[in-house]
Amino acid sequence: MREMIVSELTQATQELVREFARFLPRLMVMLIVVLVGWLIAYILKWILRSVLRLIKFDKLSENAGASQLLNKAALPSSTELVSRFVFWIAWLGFVLLGISALGILGLQEYVARFFVFLPRMFVALIFMFFGLLAASFFSRAALLWAVNTDIPSPRLLSSAVRVLITVFTASTVFEELGLADSTMLLAFAMVMGAVMLGMAIAFGLGGQHLAQRFLEARFAPEKKPKEREDELSPL
Amino acid sequence: MAEESILTDEFLRQLINVGEADILVGVPTYNNAATVGQVVQTIRAGLLKYFPRERAVIVNADGGSRDQTPDLVRGASINDLQHSSDLYALRTLHCISSEYSGGPATGTALRTILASADLLRASACAVVSPESTTIEPDWIERLLRPVYQGNFDFVTPLYRRHKFDGLLMRNLVYPMTRAFYGKRVREPYASEFAFSGQLGSHFLGQEIWTHEVGHTGTEISLTISAITGGFRLAQAFLGAKPHVDARAADLVAAMRQTVGALFWSLEPNFSLWSAQTESQPVPTLGTGQEVTLEPLHINRKRLFGMFCSGVAELQPVLKSILSSPTLSELQRLAALEEDDFRYQDELWARTVYEFAASYHKSVISRDHIVQALAPLYRGRAFTFLVDNRDASGEEVEQKVETFCLTCERLKPSLVELWDGRK
Repeated sequence: MREMIVSELTQATQELVREFARFLPRLMVMLIVVLVGWLIAYILKWILRSVLRLIKFDKLSENAGASQLLNKAALPSSTELVSRFVFWIAWLGFVLLGISALGILGLQEYVARFFVFLPRMFVALIFMFFGLLAASFFSRAALLWAVNTDIPSPRLLSSAVRVLITVFTASTVFEELGLADSTMLLAFAMVMGAVMLGMAIAFGLGGQHLAQRFLEARFAPEKKPKEREDELSPL
Repeated sequence: MAEESILTDEFLRQLINVGEADILVGVPTYNNAATVGQVVQTIRAGLLKYFPRERAVIVNADGGSRDQTPDLVRGASINDLQHSSDLYALRTLHCISSEYSGGPATGTALRTILASADLLRASACAVVSPESTTIEPDWIERLLRPVYQGNFDFVTPLYRRHKFDGLLMRNLVYPMTRAFYGKRVREPYASEFAFSGQLGSHFLGQEIWTHEVGHTGTEISLTISAITGGFRLAQAFLGAKPHVDARAADLVAAMRQTVGALFWSLEPNFSLWSAQTESQPVPTLGTGQEVTLEPLHINRKRLFGMFCSGVAELQPVLKSILSSPTLSELQRLAALEEDDFRYQDELWARTVYEFAASYHKSVISRDHIVQALAPLYRGRAFTFLVDNRDASGEEVEQKVETFCLTCERLKPSLVELWDGRK
């Protein structure tokens, strides 16, 4: 009996040692992948930071209005944030690669999903950045145009342009990420519909006299004698 | 070397038929049927009267007119002139026309004219606006003679102007060009000017053609190029300034063509303008700038209103361009009553310099920087109109001169802003 217990224990221990011996190289591989991954991610971060500084990315993000948001949230500069983000994503990728090297079946599926999701996340981030940049640029262009042509409420027009482009960007980003597709589509349609309806009501009811004058001026210009005003040439 | 790549095969054939020329007059056009016939007739008359022995050619560079402008140029027959005056041609006076590609752009038209002059080895060339309805035959002589005799390389015009005409020129373009480059060229953005063949070749070799200023604002870029190249400059009095076209009356477009090109020029010429301490007069042929005083009905209130609303509405944009003290001062001004409002020389000069530095640093889109200056200029224009309501021509000129000196005095502050010392 005693011998049987000893034999079973010995067998179990030997099995454990054998299993561990089989697992050890994979663990070593994982550790190596994680360490090499850290080094690669660090080099990637360094290169990216230098490139972003070279192309004055901080200035671009300032133009896009992203820097102001980061400042308010007490976050580092855009260049630092993007390079840190890329470092962590790259290292996380290597960590997951290392984990998949362990050969644990359940985990491998999640790791594979992560790698499928990664490019979409990058594309979504690029969409978001350029969307914010476009929103900032076109809202400023609208503001300047409205001020220089003496259109009433220039800031309202500028904000409307910014909101429209931001909403469009957000819907594109969420669609790219594949998050709540139908909810986002519905939300986008509702926002757009509300904006258009609001504008229609504002123009049709709130500004009916303005609309009337505009339409009259556009399609039935009055032949009222205008007080003569000399036009000054700037040049 | 001629930039033949921008000349079409058909146009090259026409130029080859001309052979070589002593004098070339270029007329850049786009839908100018209403005025171009008369302008070309006058140019012809000027050439026949003052340069009868020289080989002369009129070159029309057209931007794709749909109103038969090129036909009118070609059809402005020499016979009409001979019937009406005692003008006789001793040589064939060629008149050729070409449509350049890429749509209407003054820069492309000027480049076509320059390339033609280079190919024909013309010794003296002039550019005349097709809208110069006040042109007289002697304008051609006044522009071309100093260059043709070899005394000067670049001749800009002087006009008889109303005291309130060309406010942007008087309040920004002339004083700033003078302060930056040290030459008192009264009309740095001229629609009529003359240049030597040597300077024409120099223009063609400039890098402006690959930039936006090579399309709009080319005129001022050429003036700056002549100054920085050390060429011999002169100014010739022509006569009354022609009535301006609708395009030039658009303030933002006018600012892009002049201020945008001026700010752009500062970058490649930093070493030159930063070392320039004071300005030198440019030889003037004929009388100086003349000022007329007939009463005008101008809506000053609108200018003031647009300045105030501009400062208020553009606050976030101006904040990224101007320093805090300058912006605060502008906001204080915008809160004043119309009667108390004065946009003084020093503040205006400081504003423009801060805009120039922000343009250099590209704090926001450069085009937006130029556009953001327009409402502030309206405030300055309002002050100019109020201050000179009852001023004589001499007084107006004296005030322009005082402002120019202020710009020259404050220029070191731009150098400090430029390299970030401030």
